[in-house]
Amino acid sequence: MTSLTGWKSIPTGAFIMEPGNSSERYTGDWRTFKPVINQDKCTRCLRCWIFCPEPAISIVDRQYTNSSGRAWKNTIEINYNYCKGCGICVEECEPKAIDFIEEVK
Amino acid sequence: MQTSFELRWHGRGGQGAVTAAIIVAEAAIFDGKNAQAFPEFGAERRGAPVKAYTRVSERQIFTRSPIIAPDMVVVLDTSIDKKIYFDGLKVGGTLLINSSKDRSELREKIERKDIMVAKVDATHIAMDELGAAIVNTAMVGALIKVVPLAKFDSVGEAIRENFKSKIAESNVKAAGRAYNEVEVLS
Amino acid sequence: METMEKSIWKRLPLSSNYAVAYAAKDSDVDEIAAYPITPQTTVVEKLSEFIANGELLAEMVHVESEHSAMSASIGASAAGARAFTATSSQGLELMHELLHIASGMRLPIVMSVSARALSAPLSIWGDYSDVMNTRDTSWITIIASSAQEVYDSIVQAYRIAESVMLPVMVAYDGFMMSHTYEPVFVSEKSDLFRNYIPRKDRVILDTRKPVTMGAVANPDWYYEAKYQQVKAMEEAYGASVEADQAFSKLYGRNYGLVEEYNVENSDLIILTYGGLFGTVKQAVDEMKENGVSVGAARVRLFRPFPLNELRMLLLKSKAFVVLDRSFSNGLPVSGPLAIELKSMMNSYNITVPVYSYIVGLGQRTVSEADISKITNQALAGKGVNESIYWGVRE
Repeated sequence: MTSLTGWKSIPTGAFIMEPGNSSERYTGDWRTFKPVINQDKCTRCLRCWIFCPEPAISIVDRQYTNSSGRAWKNTIEINYNYCKGCGICVEECEPKAIDFIEEVK
Repeated sequence: MQTSFELRWHGRGGQGAVTAAIIVAEAAIFDGKNAQAFPEFGAERRGAPVKAYTRVSERQIFTRSPIIAPDMVVVLDTSIDKKIYFDGLKVGGTLLINSSKDRSELREKIERKDIMVAKVDATHIAMDELGAAIVNTAMVGALIKVVPLAKFDSVGEAIRENFKSKIAESNVKAAGRAYNEVEVLS
Repeated sequence: METMEKSIWKRLPLSSNYAVAYAAKDSDVDEIAAYPITPQTTVVEKLSEFIANGELLAEMVHVESEHSAMSASIGASAAGARAFTATSSQGLELMHELLHIASGMRLPIVMSVSARALSAPLSIWGDYSDVMNTRDTSWITIIASSAQEVYDSIVQAYRIAESVMLPVMVAYDGFMMSHTYEPVFVSEKSDLFRNYIPRKDRVILDTRKPVTMGAVANPDWYYEAKYQQVKAMEEAYGASVEADQAFSKLYGRNYGLVEEYNVENSDLIILTYGGLFGTVKQAVDEMKENGVSVGAARVRLFRPFPLNELRMLLLKSKAFVVLDRSFSNGLPVSGPLAIELKSMMNSYNITVPVYSYIVGLGQRTVSEADISKITNQALAGKGVNESIYWGVRE
């Protein structure tokens, strides 16, 4: 059993007193399939970042050099804490660099 | 148990019966008395028969029921059926009527001999002073002469509360003329 | 009183609608959003006049419906304004879903209601069907019986609302009060109530300190938020008593939560609400003259229900008549006040007979003679445990 705050302690009118706290609530736990980026094929075009309805595409400051020697300043990653597995990124990815694989828990 | 003086007003829409009822109550309140004024709450349209009520008392007024046995009836328009305006009027009550008829002719026409009748030619006064047949303020002037429910100055104050300055003064004048010209017939 | 307080009061002939407008002005409201509806219209007309004349510094929001009127009031109140609105009948019905939002968001909005019948058939005339339909909205509900009380109650309403953070509605008879002129003492000074209803800090929508209001509450949270509301309504009981007593101390007038008239050692007490109480008092005076042992009382605070005052009252007579100007059908006793009273009596094991009468629907006239006939019928023990629809034609 989790212990939640009682009626005496919640803010009056059920107001939410700290703004921007939605990032504290992980919403990515209902996936059936999950997108996985093939870093070798990824062109860093960021179409996935544009189309993702959640803040689930992260642009990470980490260099990556692919198999043909092309070097990228950034690495694109999926934040699975928020990714709901909708597959929009998979659909929109031009170089077909995102695989959609069954989530096994 | 009689605690207040009860008045019923009869007019047609546009003659200002409701405003008259309010002016008398306001004037009585300015004099420090207790009073109540309310319209008969129906559809309001020009030309339709209109009833309004005023209660004046030295004591606090409790009741909010309509007046069914008035001490006095004020008739702004003689075309209203007598059966309507005599309804419930007490024996020993008062009728104040707007009429240009000759006093003996008028008294004869009024079958009820158990009431006091007063008349004033309010239409004529209103036409003279206001240029329109809006007779309410003249009838108020006549009323407080016949039954001193409020001081004339208080009526003037109440008229000024209800009308814009220029119209107010003509109305006070109409009330003043009616106050002087009203006749008691019997 | 009239001489004692001459310096702070002026005695004006006002309808209850105008008394509302004066009270909102003297409560220094910041925002008014209202849509005209008979018989409420002159409230808003008068307030517009006050704003146009510069007597009241407030924002008048012209809305396209009562739904929007309450929405705008909620927004204004959430943003920190002292919000006021007024409505009646169908307008109150159209507001209904927002009434729950106002109370759920714990916003101290004050609203006047010129109580009127509900369609169909269409009726613009007075009864309490509209007000009674809001019983479960968590609005604190005051029902006044004179224009003076309307004025005083609006001011008191802000003190109560801003203390327990629930909205307050002040109701009074459509037409029989809304359009009846009578003497009212109103404040001579614009700041008479400044200390009685001081501006308080509360959580508001403010870009410098953002909060979220009206967010979703999943099953883990909704129940607790609603229970908070239940407790706030309980607090409103004490806050209403306090507001009335403090008003009395400062301004010399008070009403209590239940007003009694000639109730001591009576065979029967007639219990009602609103302007009808005046007619009942007059009838009681007349019946007393004829040796009938009868008293009168009225419920002034309808939500929260004045349990203590009613328990005291129930000790004072052998039988009670409850006059309701509304009905909730489907039960043998169908007058809203009678239902509440009987439910409360059951909780306290009180078994005195209660005779429920439905009167004055759609402003059917209720005269002293009606009250007297009802009293005689009840004294003869007729019709206990059912509601009698008084005077309906066969």
